[in-house]
Amino acid sequence: MKEHVYEQLNESVYQETMDNGLKVFLLSKPEMAKTYGIFTTNYGSIDQTFTPIGKEDKVTVPEGIAHFLEHKLFEKEDRDVFQDFTKLGASANAFTSFTKTAYLFSATSQIEKNVDTLLNFVQEPYFSKASVDKEKGIIAQEIRMYDDQPDWRAFFGTIQSMYDKHPVKVDIAGTVESIQEITKDDLYTCYETFYHPSNMVLFVAGNINPEKMMDQIRANQDSKDFKELPDINRFYPEESPSVAKAEDSIVMPVTTAKTMIGVKEEVSSLNGEELLRAELLSGMILDFYFSRSGEFYEELYREDLIDDSFQFETELDRQFGFTILGGDTRKPGELAERVKKMLHSLREKKISEEDFTRMKRKKIGQFMRALNSLEFIANQFTHYHTLGVDLFDVLPVIESLTTEDADRYVEHWIKEDRISVFKVMPQE
Amino acid sequence: MKISKESVYDKQGYRLHILPSKKYKTVSIVAKLKSPLKRKGITERALLPHVLQKATNKNPNVRSLQSALENLYGTGFSSDGTKKGENHVLSFRMEVVNEAYLTNQEPILERAMQIFSDVLFDPKADSSGFDETIVNREIQTLEQKIKSIKDDKMSYANMRLIDHMCENEPYALHVHGYLEDFKNINAKSLYEYYQEMINRDLLDVYITGDVDEAEIEKLADQFFSRSSSDNSDDHQESSAGEKREVKEIIEKEDVNQGKLHIGYRTNIKFGDDDYYALQVFNGIFGGFPSSKLFMNVREKHSLAYYAASRFESHKGLLLVFSGVDPKDFDQAKNIILEQMEAMKSGDFSDDQVNESTEQVINQLQETMDHANGLIEVLYHQMLSGVSIPAKEILENVRKVTKADVINVAKKIELDTVYFLTSQKGGEE
Repeated sequence: MKEHVYEQLNESVYQETMDNGLKVFLLSKPEMAKTYGIFTTNYGSIDQTFTPIGKEDKVTVPEGIAHFLEHKLFEKEDRDVFQDFTKLGASANAFTSFTKTAYLFSATSQIEKNVDTLLNFVQEPYFSKASVDKEKGIIAQEIRMYDDQPDWRAFFGTIQSMYDKHPVKVDIAGTVESIQEITKDDLYTCYETFYHPSNMVLFVAGNINPEKMMDQIRANQDSKDFKELPDINRFYPEESPSVAKAEDSIVMPVTTAKTMIGVKEEVSSLNGEELLRAELLSGMILDFYFSRSGEFYEELYREDLIDDSFQFETELDRQFGFTILGGDTRKPGELAERVKKMLHSLREKKISEEDFTRMKRKKIGQFMRALNSLEFIANQFTHYHTLGVDLFDVLPVIESLTTEDADRYVEHWIKEDRISVFKVMPQE
Repeated sequence: MKISKESVYDKQGYRLHILPSKKYKTVSIVAKLKSPLKRKGITERALLPHVLQKATNKNPNVRSLQSALENLYGTGFSSDGTKKGENHVLSFRMEVVNEAYLTNQEPILERAMQIFSDVLFDPKADSSGFDETIVNREIQTLEQKIKSIKDDKMSYANMRLIDHMCENEPYALHVHGYLEDFKNINAKSLYEYYQEMINRDLLDVYITGDVDEAEIEKLADQFFSRSSSDNSDDHQESSAGEKREVKEIIEKEDVNQGKLHIGYRTNIKFGDDDYYALQVFNGIFGGFPSSKLFMNVREKHSLAYYAASRFESHKGLLLVFSGVDPKDFDQAKNIILEQMEAMKSGDFSDDQVNESTEQVINQLQETMDHANGLIEVLYHQMLSGVSIPAKEILENVRKVTKADVINVAKKIELDTVYFLTSQKGGEE
């Protein structure tokens, strides 16, 4: 077990790679009543085509299967795993993203038992035809719920306007039709390939004794047999750097229209640290112009093109990346044109030293505030770790950024063929 | 129990609550302004947080105010209005990075508190009232927001349930205000309402973080004292609602999924002896994924993705909510009503009582790990006039027996069944 001390933040992370390849990270916060544990596989909705473990040929599995598998791991032959956590006074949950599936609990007592429960339920699958069929009705209602949410439809519609072939364009839960095709054998195929310990990370943060906790996790893992896993072969279609559709829209029963502007980001050439720098820089630049202190925000707000639902985010991950800006608007066409123009003008503009310092301070403060949350630390550490970045290096990296970095970033950022517009329009 | 000690001081025009805690890397400051929930002034109270946060006499526009907060390491500042039973509470929340974690030597906290104080007591205004441009723009934004409530079907259905259920009770008032009021609101009249509010509302200020108590007290006096106010509390007790026949309301909108919301009267409020048993009751009935609602509506019958319940502590309501296919209305409703009958007839085990108890305790402890959660718990207590140490709360929850839970169930009365369904209402 190695200890990594981050002095300025007064935090320590303990780390060990188990013999079976599982990476474990522990962070002790004895002032907290709570402990939070999250067990993550580097497998999400975009990993649809791969060579199953022990097989020669690649397969393509139905859309929405990673999410379906997440649901089904909670059900065992004789019980529901939620009950196990309930008996231990813990609350449990799980989520599936484009690139990850994660299982988590939080508790204020019986932490050792909860950690074992987490490891064991994820590592002991039980799928049957009856339980797979039963889940289809539940997930269909989950999909229907999202179908009625305008913000979700706007977000996904924008991704679909940017991406032509890449499976990031597929809804994480799949469709009501695609999930009907899922069989128990499909679930086992995905499980055996992607839930190998060497493809997974466990992070436990909170009121724990790191030494004892690591011993317990090691004993748990040593008691189980896993076959050696060769590197996983995943396949993704060739995706053009240009957007699929420069403009698209849907009609929904909403009172206010929504306009989203998507920027398709190029990530394939970036290593971990470059990805982090790109994420921080785009965040700071967007903040400078489009947050409530920014000149673009002021202009758009004053002219009634946006309201306080206006938001922006940049998501960069393995395989794909995008920036999305937008929100409710009374003038959907005009907002799109204005934001596009603003994005194009970034290259001609300069951020002064003073303003850049302010944006750095803002980023530092946001990061420090986020560190109050055990969930943030564990989730974000895991996310960055799979990309080859250390979460606690964020602080020195922010400190190191300069206005020249920002200038260089905007130089190559915005290109006409990388921008798409997606609108949610009210019915007539 | 790791709850921080609370020191309460009666100050000039406000009450100060200091909660020293080493859990956080930030200092949180929350100011709460309370007055009885009334139809008159409700739209002004919805508008005020937006107007106040836009500009002060020292920082006379949004950009300068936001830039000032950014310079203080991205100090977070937000505000909202909520119902607490039949009282209205405006909350202003600030979170500042603790200077101990910064290399910078500037008095960040003092400057941030100055801004907090300016927003509350010195917003941009002159002898003729607030800034007209700001007020007009915020009226426009709020109008838009009121019209858009329908776009979020879950909160819309919840609002409609309360509209029908609490008709003619103050609790049915909408916290976001009413469209018809805007014709009578302008920069001058809003400023008059503001002056009344800032002088007359009950003001409580909470400060938590790794702080020196004496120093914080001095700063608070500098920034929150009100010379004009005796800080008296005109608390409005919630009305019980008339006894009448159970209502069933079906409304139709263009939706994919139906929203089934059911309202009960618990006849139990925060501070009552059986409030602890109500918490345990809710855990078994619908509060957790091991509850009767989740297990029956979702797991057994695959009718929904979510089926849960929560209670309103000051008004005495229990609200059930679930998203189901329009055609499954009757079946889902019957299953939910049956679960309540099962609770009344004691159809649950002692183990379930113990498990729910542990879950409730876990949830309470987790809530108190968060600065805002802790402050909410203490504020709730203060409103209900009972101040019970955290340790005692947990002991009281532990004492709850199966008989107590049955007694609670027997007190709970069905009031209104509300279903928001598709135009076809489930008929193919």
